[in-house]
Amino acid sequence: MIAGLTILLLFQLAGEVLAHLFALPLPGPVIGMALLFIGLALRGGVPAFLEQTSTGLLSHLSLLFVPAGVGVMLHFQRIANEWQAIACALLLSTAVTLAVSAWTLRGMQRLLQRRSDSNEM
Amino acid sequence: MMTDMTPQLVDIWVYLAATPLLGLTITLLAYQMAQALYKRLKGNPLANPVAVAVLLIIGVLLLSGTPYQTYFDGAKFVHFLLGPATVALAVPLYGQLPRLKKMLTPLTLALLAGSLCGIATALGVAWALGASKATLLSLAPKSVTTPIAMGVAEKIGGLPSLTAVLVVMTGVLGAVMARSLLRLLRIRDDDHATFGFAVGVAAHGIGTARAFQLSETAGAFAALAMGLNGVATALLLPLFL
Repeated sequence: MIAGLTILLLFQLAGEVLAHLFALPLPGPVIGMALLFIGLALRGGVPAFLEQTSTGLLSHLSLLFVPAGVGVMLHFQRIANEWQAIACALLLSTAVTLAVSAWTLRGMQRLLQRRSDSNEM
Repeated sequence: MMTDMTPQLVDIWVYLAATPLLGLTITLLAYQMAQALYKRLKGNPLANPVAVAVLLIIGVLLLSGTPYQTYFDGAKFVHFLLGPATVALAVPLYGQLPRLKKMLTPLTLALLAGSLCGIATALGVAWALGASKATLLSLAPKSVTTPIAMGVAEKIGGLPSLTAVLVVMTGVLGAVMARSLLRLLRIRDDDHATFGFAVGVAAHGIGTARAFQLSETAGAFAALAMGLNGVATALLLPLFL
């Protein structure tokens, strides 16, 4: 648990340092994720202690969004003033994102499937 | 509110209110109550645990007259874990490496199409309905995970704290509507990869939490989509706005 957390923090730290050093447009944790991914690919497997910590942390991912969500308190006024625009934008764009990504993914897979099928004939 | 308390109790309250203990405890308590309710309602997406926990905490803070900043001084320890959790996404991602290699082209195209259409819709609709510029810029990165979205909002001139709220709202909406919407679009129920990927692109970590309830595969694809969309949005959005 502690060893796993240390690894995660070290990769996050490396990500932050790189982000600042090269003025990258990406947040440190995302660079950390990319580095860890590369590390796992090079190593060819996930150490058991890291697997355990990540599974534990990710199984409660939604808890981690709660403090930021409570921040809605700070913006009651703005949201009350612009609620129609915000509500419609969130609803429609979330539906559009879901639909377009699902359709594109399925459509592309079928297309590639058909192509590889016709190649085999 | 506390006028009927004895002076000692007030002293204790004043002491506790100044430590991170209360904010932290109430966050964990509210989350567990929300989880219990969610299980009780057999995972009804409308009882989304994040939304319920947030509402519970806001109720307590308003009733006790506690400012958000005081609460966040404690809750920031939970908030901080978003960083290591983002790094931890590399693990399920790595688990899907063979499938990822095979599906690289469809996944990349689906990601770009979904992400760009989503941003364009959000900005178009909010602009047409007269949203202010600060709100528009805060809306743009709302589909990606909080630490990335807040960073992007800051870069393009939005309000990071408003973005954090919009991110959570988007996540809850996506998690709530995904199943029925994809059924409506005739995506088969057993296509966990497509479900996971779509909900990850649209609804980041909260969508990913929803996908993990369905299956390991759905969760891994959601984690992949969330990570990729975070990277794509962080790279592309500052170029467009």
